[in-house]
Parts: sequence; C-alpha cells; structure tokens
Amino acid sequence: MRALGRFMRRHRRLSLASVLGAPVAWMLVIYIGSLAFMVVSAFFRLDGLSQKPTNELTGDNIKTAFTTWTYVEVVLKSVGVAVVVTTLCFVIALPAAFYISKVAAPWARRGLIVAMLLPLWAGYLVKGYAWKAMLRPGSEFGIDTGGGFLNATFGWTPGFGWIAVVLAESYLWLPYMILPIYAGLDRLPPSLLDASGDVGARPMRTFRSIVMPLLVPAIAAGSIFTFSLTLGDFITPNLVTEGKVQMIGNLIQRTLGAPNQPLAAAFTLWPLLIVIVYLAGMKRLGAFESI
Amino acid sequence: MTTTHRSLRRLLAGAAVLSVVAVACGGDDDDAAVTTTAAPVATDAAPETDPPVDDTGTMPTELGAGEGEVNLIAWAGYVEDGSTDPAVDWVTPFEEATGCQVNVQLGNSSDEMVQLMQTGEYDGVSASGDATLRLIAGGEVAPVNTDLIPNYADVFPDLKLQKHNSVEGVPYGVPHGRGANLLVYNTDLYTTAPDSWGEMFETDSAAAGSVSVYDSPIYIADAAVYLMSTQPELGITNPYSLDQTQFDAAMALLEQQKGIVGQYWALYTDQQAALEGGTALAGTTWQVIVNLAKANGAKIDAVKPVEGATGWSDTWMISSKAAHPNCMYMWMDHIISPQANAEVAEWFGEAPANTASCDLTADPDHCSTYHAGETDYWTDVWYWTTPEETCLDGRTDVTCVPYTEWVNAWNGLRS
Repeated sequence: MRALGRFMRRHRRLSLASVLGAPVAWMLVIYIGSLAFMVVSAFFRLDGLSQKPTNELTGDNIKTAFTTWTYVEVVLKSVGVAVVVTTLCFVIALPAAFYISKVAAPWARRGLIVAMLLPLWAGYLVKGYAWKAMLRPGSEFGIDTGGGFLNATFGWTPGFGWIAVVLAESYLWLPYMILPIYAGLDRLPPSLLDASGDVGARPMRTFRSIVMPLLVPAIAAGSIFTFSLTLGDFITPNLVTEGKVQMIGNLIQRTLGAPNQPLAAAFTLWPLLIVIVYLAGMKRLGAFESI
Repeated sequence: MTTTHRSLRRLLAGAAVLSVVAVACGGDDDDAAVTTTAAPVATDAAPETDPPVDDTGTMPTELGAGEGEVNLIAWAGYVEDGSTDPAVDWVTPFEEATGCQVNVQLGNSSDEMVQLMQTGEYDGVSASGDATLRLIAGGEVAPVNTDLIPNYADVFPDLKLQKHNSVEGVPYGVPHGRGANLLVYNTDLYTTAPDSWGEMFETDSAAAGSVSVYDSPIYIADAAVYLMSTQPELGITNPYSLDQTQFDAAMALLEQQKGIVGQYWALYTDQQAALEGGTALAGTTWQVIVNLAKANGAKIDAVKPVEGATGWSDTWMISSKAAHPNCMYMWMDHIISPQANAEVAEWFGEAPANTASCDLTADPDHCSTYHAGETDYWTDVWYWTTPEETCLDGRTDVTCVPYTEWVNAWNGLRS
C-alpha cells in the first residue's frame, strides 16, 4: 500500500488520470458522443411515408434549416428575446446585487440573498402557469372573464405575446444573473473603493472606473445563463402565449414530433452554433474565471 | 440539448395529464396466471408467453395467458380507469378479468403517437387514420388475427377493412369508433348556434381574436373542407388530396385565420382551460373536451357545421414489437366489446364501432345523436388520413402535396 502511494506520488500524471479518467470518459462518450451523433443524424434522409430516417445521406435538412427564411426568422427572433431578457436581467440584477453586497446592513444580507434565491425553489411549471394566470386578458366582446392579476389591478395586460415571453423568461432566470454579480461584488476589495475616494473620485466615477471593469467577468458569466437558458426554452414561450409564439426550441420540438428527426437535428445546430459563438465571446471577457 | 428537450417535454405532458397517466393497479400483479372472460385461452397454458404464429410468422393463431400488463398509447378519454370521473371506468373490469394491468401514455396528436410507437416500447395504440398508414409503412404495427377477437364480428361493416386499417384484405387492428371534429362556441357570445366554420376563418367573425385552433399539420384539411364550400372553383373533392394550387389556397386561408387566432392548442387541457376561462370563444374541438369543460361550468356548446368536418375513424393496433401481445389482444377485444365500447363512445362523444353498443349506452339516443349507423351522415365527415403524393381522390394528371410538405407548411405558418 505504501509502495503504491510512493509510486503514485512519483507519477503524478498517472494518479491524476486514474482519478479523473472515469468522469472525463463519461463526458466524452455520453455528452460529446451524443452531440456528435445528433450532428450526424441531421444528414439522414427521411422516408416520407413511414417518417423514419433512412440510411441515405443528404444535405437537404441542413439547407432547409439554414436557408429557409421563415426558420431563420424564428432563430433571429429567439436570439432577440434572449438578448432582451439578458439585458433586462442585468439592469435589475446590478442594483439589486450592489444593494445586497455594499449597502444593506450585514445582518440583512443573508435574508436578502435567500429572498433572491427563493423563486428557484418553486417549480418551473408552477411559475410558468402563474405568469399565464397574471397575464390573462380581461373581458372581450362584452363577456367579462375578469382577466388575470395585471388586468384586474392595473386595467392593462400585455396579453399572450412576445412581451409575455420576455417577462416570464426574465423572471425565471433573474437569480442566475444576480448570484454571479453578487459574488463578483463580494470579491471586490473595499480598499479599492476607499483608494478611489481618497484620490477624489465621486461615487459614480468610482463605480464607472473601478467597479464596472472588475465586474465584467461576473456579468458575462451571468449572461451565459440567462442567454442560453432563454434561447433554449420552449415550454414557457408556449405556455404564456397560448402557443402563438414560436421560438427555436418550439420549432425543434414540433419537428421532432412530426416526426422528422433529421430535420429536427438540423434545427438543433442553430442554438448549438449560437451558444458556441456566445461562449467564445464571453470567454474573452473572462466569464469562466467567474463562474 | 435534444435529450433535455425530450425529458422536459415528457415532464410537461406528465404534469398536464397527471391524473390520467398513472393508472390504477387492480388485479393481482404477481400472479400472471389469470382467467380471461372473452378471449379464448389456450388450454395447455404453457409458461411461454410468445403465442404460436401463423405461416407468415406475423399473426398469432391462438392466445396464451396474459402477461400481467399492457402498455398503451391512447387519445385522452379512450382509456379511463375512474380517476377522471369515478363513474367512467372500463379499465378496472378489464384488469380484474384478465390480470393485465393497463398503463397508458396519452398521445396529443397523431404525429406524437407515431413518434411514440417508433420507440417500440408500447404494445398498442389507438391510431387515427392519419397515423395508421405511417405505422403500417414503418413496420411499427402487426396485422391482426381477428379470429382471436370475438367481438370483431359485431363491428359496423363500413368500418372494417377500410383503406386506413387494412392492407390487401388483411386487417391491421380493430375499429374503435368514429366522430367529427366540431365547432365549439361560447353561448354568451353566440345566442343562436353558429352553423359555419366561417366563424373560425373569416376576419369579421364575432369571435375574432379568440379563435382556438388545433395545432397540428392535419388541421390544414379543416381549411380545405371550408374551401370545398366557399371556393368550389378550386375543385377540392377530398381535403387530404390537395394539389399545389389547392394547397396554397388552404394555406392562404390559414394565414388569414392567423390574424384572429387566440390560441393554438396541442394539449387538450389547454383548450379546455381556455374554454372555461372564456378566452376561447370559437374553436375546433373534440366532444370530450366540451364535456369536460361543461362539467366545470363553461358556457359552451358544439355543432357540426354545414360545410362538413374533418373527423376520425380510430383503430386499435398492436405493435410489431409488443412485449405483451396476449394482453394486447385481450384489450382489443375488450375495448370493442358492446359494454366497454358503449362507455367509451359516450364519454368521448363519438359513434361506437360495435353494433350492439347502441343498446347499452346510458343515453338511449346516443347512437342516433352520433349517427352511428347512418352511412349518409358520414359522407361529409372526412376521416383523418395521411396525404400522399399519389392523389387520394383518384386524379392521376397531378401530384398531390405529401404529408411531409404539410408539416413544413404548418411549421412555416406557425413561425
């Protein structure tokens, strides 16, 4: 036993491999492997009658998925929603996280963090249905249906459309933006803020020149969550719009259910590519040091 | 990502139909040796579960004992065990009689049923005519030896050996029943019943903005049915047999409809909620949804409009990979038995397949209300079927738009 230990100490790499080997292999086979299989299956031709993939290869699915304007439009709209949701989350999360981290009394801090994370404890579907109930339009054609919370309280609701999607998605993923920003602020040495004040910078200047640059990686990390979670979601868009809004996830689900597995796989390449590009961009901003 | 989608999707479906998915456990689970009432049991009930097959190797010639369970894919309302309504239960008697515990996965559309059957994990399916041909072509289902299904003899003759449930005189499954997709309307808005699909298609409809549409490519046929009356110059004679011009006209009508749609429903529970909440004022529906919503106080009613309607003639089919073939045969016999078929027909709101069921319905007029035996009534009900390139209406000078194109067009419309 002692000999083995000595052997392992002398061969660091081997001991590392024996510890990490299984998880890494699992990653490669299960995760990368299934991704690769999905890419490959986008090239199979569908048999029109039985609706099963055949062994024939074709580039038609890729062509359809990437050149048909209606589908490209869906992708663009989905990216648009993801960008808007990410922006909204950032706008809300930054002051909230700043307040918790730097302004709130130390005894209140823990409670506020718990309050911010509390929504994560509720079921995803429950929150989706809750938004649907809140957004429900009121009376139409003289028939009073009462409407949802928004309509009953403010007499106005955006109804079941794109705004509903943005609101619900922002609500769902907000905690994932708050947490990294809070952590980033928490890591900020107070001495830097003091030093900035000592050389005469006003609070806004300190915020702009000291805090924000140091926060960029944290914001980038948070945006990865909000962006990719929104981009891939298909249940909420369906739920809060009565099926009227289609995002890329709905398109994939619908095509998979048609069933047209090869075309669905081709559609899946869209979010895959977008997220890869996005991750590459965020990596440059240092997001991965901040997760 | 695909895997996540699929599991989340299951989750959604599961949550939405929670009450129906899990089916009660009757009978003795451990003891697979059972007594059957209707299906003939091989007297030398050997422990083997694979029944003997005929020369072609596909059809059993006699049934063995039940395997203890059966896994079904079904439309909502077809497999009821009393969990939806204690009075609505034709599963428990089956489980008690055969020892086959029934597990059911609801299919929300024919497409979904085809997809589920392709997994090979189920014993059978209640397939509509637009799924049956795809399932047969894909080898998902096996031909059925109707000698092992005594109740088959009493099925209405005009349901047997149709194009959608047989190949060259060999039946693929047993007819379940048939019905029409109806126009549902809010009775507060419509004090007199509307009688035209125009309420769902014309922009000046009283229900504009609150129209509820079935979210499936097969709905294109509903537009075609309306066009058969309103634009006879298009020459549509069968809504599933559309050449490119006719198809484009149907899509244009659906594009127009899109402006007044309040909801595209894929889960029947979504439409039910919209009818109850009053956010859907006119829509295409199934009678069972109307029944469920009415029971919850929705002010609605449903009619079959003058233009005719799309509809379904469903078939219980057995999977070619069925793990519990004996139980599946017993189920096929049970669901078309006079009593069970009467119950399911009345609950779902359709015409039964068994001629003897008409004497057993709780409402003695059920069969006349649903025109079970009237061949004339069904002439303007267009059973769902799979559109193919070869025109179904017999035209040979043009090619028709195949179903894969219907799917693409529907995707485009919905994007």
